[in-house]
Amino acid sequence: MRQFYGRGVCSGITIGRATVSGRERQPIRRVGVEDTVKELRRFEEAKKKAHAQLLEIYEKALREVGETNAEIFSIHMMMLEDEDYNESVISIIDTQKVNAEYAVDVTGENFARMFASMDDAYMRARQADVRDISSRIILCMGGREEKKRVMNDNSVVCAEDLSPSETVVLDKSKVSGFVTAKGSSNSHTAILARSLGIPAVIGVGEDFVGAVNDGDSIIVDGYDGKIFVNPDAETLEVYEQKRREDRHKKELLRSLKGKDNVTLDGTRINVYANIGSADSIGDVLYNDAGGIGLFRSEFLYLEKNDYPCEQQQFEVYKTVLESMAGKKVVIRTLDIGADKQAEYLCLENEENPALGLRGIRLCLSRPEIFKTQLRALYRASVYGNLAIMFPMITNKWELEKTLEICTLVKSELKECGIAYDETTEIGIMIETPAAAIISDVLAPMVDFFSIGTNDLTQYTLACDRQNPNLEEFCDTHHESLLRLIKFTSENARKNGAWTGICGDLAADTSLTETFIKMGVDELSVPASEVLKIRSVIRSLDVRL
Amino acid sequence: MKSFTYVIKDSAGIHARPAGLLSKLAKEFSSEILVEKDKKNVNATRLMMLMGLGIKCGDTVTVTVSGEDEDAALDRIQAFFRENL
Repeated sequence: MRQFYGRGVCSGITIGRATVSGRERQPIRRVGVEDTVKELRRFEEAKKKAHAQLLEIYEKALREVGETNAEIFSIHMMMLEDEDYNESVISIIDTQKVNAEYAVDVTGENFARMFASMDDAYMRARQADVRDISSRIILCMGGREEKKRVMNDNSVVCAEDLSPSETVVLDKSKVSGFVTAKGSSNSHTAILARSLGIPAVIGVGEDFVGAVNDGDSIIVDGYDGKIFVNPDAETLEVYEQKRREDRHKKELLRSLKGKDNVTLDGTRINVYANIGSADSIGDVLYNDAGGIGLFRSEFLYLEKNDYPCEQQQFEVYKTVLESMAGKKVVIRTLDIGADKQAEYLCLENEENPALGLRGIRLCLSRPEIFKTQLRALYRASVYGNLAIMFPMITNKWELEKTLEICTLVKSELKECGIAYDETTEIGIMIETPAAAIISDVLAPMVDFFSIGTNDLTQYTLACDRQNPNLEEFCDTHHESLLRLIKFTSENARKNGAWTGICGDLAADTSLTETFIKMGVDELSVPASEVLKIRSVIRSLDVRL
Repeated sequence: MKSFTYVIKDSAGIHARPAGLLSKLAKEFSSEILVEKDKKNVNATRLMMLMGLGIKCGDTVTVTVSGEDEDAALDRIQAFFRENL
């Protein structure tokens, strides 16, 4: 048994047979030619063919993994037309009087080397793209044997590296895992694997490809980034158990993906996902969430040593909105306090940060930070279906003030001629008993409520969430909480607003029925819970 | 000949996608459009060389446009930078 470690880029457990992909590039022979015109014509024709293939791959990727991920192939098409690339190939054929394959190969390598030498990880990863288009052109000239891989079921594709198009054209019904010796998490392969939901581990090291042969038994643990080649009986047993659990989850996925969240009697409810950074979008899409019910924007503020600028924020929001392709994305504005803060914010220490200057209170006391975020959000609003949500509201005046600032930001954007979506929904978190109790007053001012049950529990029951000694006192099903939720949802309904739940309670399947009966319109849960909730909803009959 | 300088605000810099879009846009004009960073010049129609400049967030670039349709080209290219970069 040999063990390798890498980075798991798509979670899941696979026990399969290795299919070693021959990326050891077939050397291209340099052949002298008389008729350079013929070689130039072969190059042009191959390019045309390559373009048609790429268009097909682009469309396949568009269907399978969405526009953002498919875009790399439209860039490949543009690279194919790149003047320097073309001039280099043509000049090598002309001046050296050699075959087109050789000219393309040398040109591709030269450009790949240029990218390889750059100091930016993203740009270094682009060498795979140049190599990819070069080998495609060469294949189209019939100069390199196209390897029609005979793949068995349950194949784990093991390779030095995989090009984006190799990943897309693979017969996914037979591939159960990916392992590459190289590769970066910036690579499109990693992104594609993730959105296809095939367990993948990358960067397991140079000696991997030499250590694995076609047909070897291989375990891929995409959760922990572990690889076992020819595992011993004990390891195999452990992993067979893990795989059973994993399969059960995936089975659920297969049977429920694309299905509606509808009860037996026809009541519909939205099930969205909570995310804490843009990296989790793959998970959201993979688990078929109907939208994002809570996008915590804090990470933008916590991962840097300085305020995130408007443009940086805009880029992140835009990416999320575009990736969700028209599905609703509820972004919560900055929600931090003295317990979780960035140094540059210079917040004073507080005796009791849970009851301190946090959430909207902080934003209203630092309007410039708040306005920057709102500008970025509104600018991004035209790229998808955005809803903006404000945390920690307790007073009507806070909401009034907040809405004033929104109006101001929008009018400033209008003056600058910057587009925003006028229909962007505005909502608030209901996480303090005060907000729940005056929800009849707040509801006419907003489009939606989202009940944050974690904070609502701790504020209602006066129980610190972090204190383990309080467990028996911290009853998350407490009648007071359920009444507040019901009251809030009724007030929303009366005023034409919708109600979501985004705390831990949303994923508590023992309450799903109760929530639906209360008239809750949306549950926002961790991405991995979406389908579990869906299966519960589909088994309920709320008429009874 | 007309020119403008611009400080890149996009956190990923001129990566594949905007480079692709920019080179496509540049081909719409007969004017020559040069992108310069650290005294290195690249024709904006040339996608790979453009990516090869490795322009990152915070870098200052100078764009020079010269030719018959330079006024229109400058406007469009400048707008493109503002919107995408």
